[in-house]
Amino acid sequence: MKPTGSQILLECLKQEGVDTIFGYPGGAVINIYNDLFDSDIHHVLTRHEQAAVHAADGYSRASGKAGVVIATSGPGATNTVTGLATAYMDSIPLVVITGQVPTPLIGNDAFQEADMIGISRPITKHNYLVRDVRDLARTVKQAFYIARTGRPGPVLIDLPKDVQIDTTNFIYPEKVELAGYKPTYGANHRQIDKAVKMILSAQKPVVYVGGGAVLADAAAELKDFAEMVQAPVTTTLMAKSAFPTPHPLCLGLLGMHGTYYANMAVTNSDLLIAVGARFDDRVTGRIATFAPHAKIIHIDIDPTSIKKNVRVDLPIVGNLRDVLQGLIARLASSGGELSKTVENTAPWRDEISAWKASHPMSYTPSKTVIKPQFVIEKIRELTAEDAIISTEVGQHQMWTAQFFDFYQPRTFLTSGGLGTMGFGLPAALGAQVAYPDRQVIDISGDGSFQMNSQELATLVQYRLPVKIAILNNNFLGMVRQWQEMFFDRRYSQTCMELPIDFVKLAEAYGAVGMRAEKTDEVEPLIRKALETPGPVIMEFKVSREENVLPMVPPAAGLNEMVLAS
Amino acid sequence: MKHTISVLVENEFGVLARVSGLFSGRGFNIESLSVAPTLDPSISRMTIVTRGDDQVLEQVTKQLNKLIDTIKVIDFTGYDFVERELALVKVNAEDETRAEVLRIVDIFRGKVVDVTPKSYTIEITGAPAKVNAILDLLQPMGIKELVRSGPVVIGRGPKGWKSS
Ligand SMILES: Cc1ncc(C[n+]2csc(CCOP(=O)(O)OP(=O)(O)O)c2C)c(N)n1
Repeated sequence: MKPTGSQILLECLKQEGVDTIFGYPGGAVINIYNDLFDSDIHHVLTRHEQAAVHAADGYSRASGKAGVVIATSGPGATNTVTGLATAYMDSIPLVVITGQVPTPLIGNDAFQEADMIGISRPITKHNYLVRDVRDLARTVKQAFYIARTGRPGPVLIDLPKDVQIDTTNFIYPEKVELAGYKPTYGANHRQIDKAVKMILSAQKPVVYVGGGAVLADAAAELKDFAEMVQAPVTTTLMAKSAFPTPHPLCLGLLGMHGTYYANMAVTNSDLLIAVGARFDDRVTGRIATFAPHAKIIHIDIDPTSIKKNVRVDLPIVGNLRDVLQGLIARLASSGGELSKTVENTAPWRDEISAWKASHPMSYTPSKTVIKPQFVIEKIRELTAEDAIISTEVGQHQMWTAQFFDFYQPRTFLTSGGLGTMGFGLPAALGAQVAYPDRQVIDISGDGSFQMNSQELATLVQYRLPVKIAILNNNFLGMVRQWQEMFFDRRYSQTCMELPIDFVKLAEAYGAVGMRAEKTDEVEPLIRKALETPGPVIMEFKVSREENVLPMVPPAAGLNEMVLAS
Repeated sequence: MKHTISVLVENEFGVLARVSGLFSGRGFNIESLSVAPTLDPSISRMTIVTRGDDQVLEQVTKQLNKLIDTIKVIDFTGYDFVERELALVKVNAEDETRAEVLRIVDIFRGKVVDVTPKSYTIEITGAPAKVNAILDLLQPMGIKELVRSGPVVIGRGPKGWKSS
């Protein structure tokens, strides 16, 4: 007997090496779930389709593999939208399969019909409506290929119910043939030669690294390159884990909440080497005063990222690893010139050291009221170097980027481009599925946590020992901070009037909850939580009106920071 | 500045929406768009007229190229090309103006493709400027309806798009 569409789908997933799916059933995917019942693919039932996509996304960010999601048509499919947009903005490879009403009913406003191709078009790298079961295997093959290659991204496959039931011979294509999609670029040697010339003549170089370095698994090459040139390295939020924070060349975060010394270094540099970054407005501040003295080399796999927001003196389109390896090889053979450059740039490194010494990252500690930054430092102290940290969005996210030291790539999962509250918990869930034996911690705010708190149930059901640190300020803190700084402290709708008992909430789900209200309770609580098996909520009642500083006010230049007192 | 761009795309489901959605989503301007299959029915060719400075146009071409279904993007700006547009014009033609309308059509080498006692329907092809010129002359007679195809373009010389 010929296999059905849903059997073919599962077989294709296996051929792609998929062993885990995140999803949620419904009428339009019931056939797939029926076949899944006999399959050895592990399916994780989240409590919301948005969380299924974030979980697959966290799984992918942590492991480098493509994440896979199944959701039903209509509301199930529309619930994936925020997840897709989040993954799209951060270039995360996902394949999201949505059920669709039977082909003869498409366009009739049938029960649970939504035009997912139309809805998802601007938030996916590509999408497909499969109208004939004979196209299914080829479509799945292409979907994975597109999701994983080039600049990665989510791909959606909309699969009508009748196509899941129809039968055909199963042949999995060996090759993908797409006339319009050729994502592999070799590093252009002439461009590399030009870059080397610019690097060797720079006096004040800065390497500005973006999320692409994580996606391309180029952390080792990046480190080699930076050490070779002795160039200071600043990272975006997305690249925090691409370069070890404690490294002497590391300047930490740049941009709106960047360190004083990173923003000063960029502003004063004469050569900015952008590696897999896209000059987001949160990074550049006012464009006119961004790196005004610098020549810019921009290395990226995606040509559209280059010259989108800033002028670029030397574009290099290519895979970061290839390009960095090319640069390293050329620099290695440049002999004495390189050591002369390293010598010439020593005063620049001294200048930066002076900025670091005069304006280090800091906050005002307190012996009584818990400072959120202190909690973050303590979590770092008490966890393993390979612990995976996710965040939600808000002040706690920025403090994590500022005060948590990262050692290894793919250990920091955060929604950078879209800034999605509710991302961190399901993303941590997905990462824990990928790495059952590593420590996985979601650093959260009380607001964001409530956007996907239902996933506690999933954690408990699958015995996923994710630890959740809620930095509870009883505010939508980041918005409150803006209201304090730019709107005369008019706290419109940012005070969470109803205090939630997060300990009881954890217990209601069968998880463990703990609370700390004073500084000296922080360390013992984290220790205890880390020793407790299964999911734990650690609630920290933190100082309520703490601000994230430094801060470059919106539309100001990077050197116009409001500093911590 | 005005640019005329040819986009060769896989003739896949929804490809027109991808291209037009790209323009609206990124705030690019679209002045006209025409599309039809090529000799190879699996490939369609779109001709898009758009406006923008160099930086915008660089983004337009790159973003079009980035679409999975896009096979080739050709910006004809700075190249030698032939540009033609078709217009169908229904114009008032009552006793005193009938002869004048015909004279104008003749000068522009247009064709009358439908006749009634009160109107002519005229077919005119040419560069958009030529179409504009005849419309200016016909305007005083009273244009009842106008359909323009938007321009299509092709490069001059012996080479086809595959080798250009
Ligand atoms: C889904 C979503 N809605 C709204 C926002 C706007 N927003 C950004 S930060 C923030 C406050 C977050 O509060 P909380 O999670 O408590 O974290 P805190 O800033 O207090 O650390 C809000 C509402 C957002 N980023 N995402």
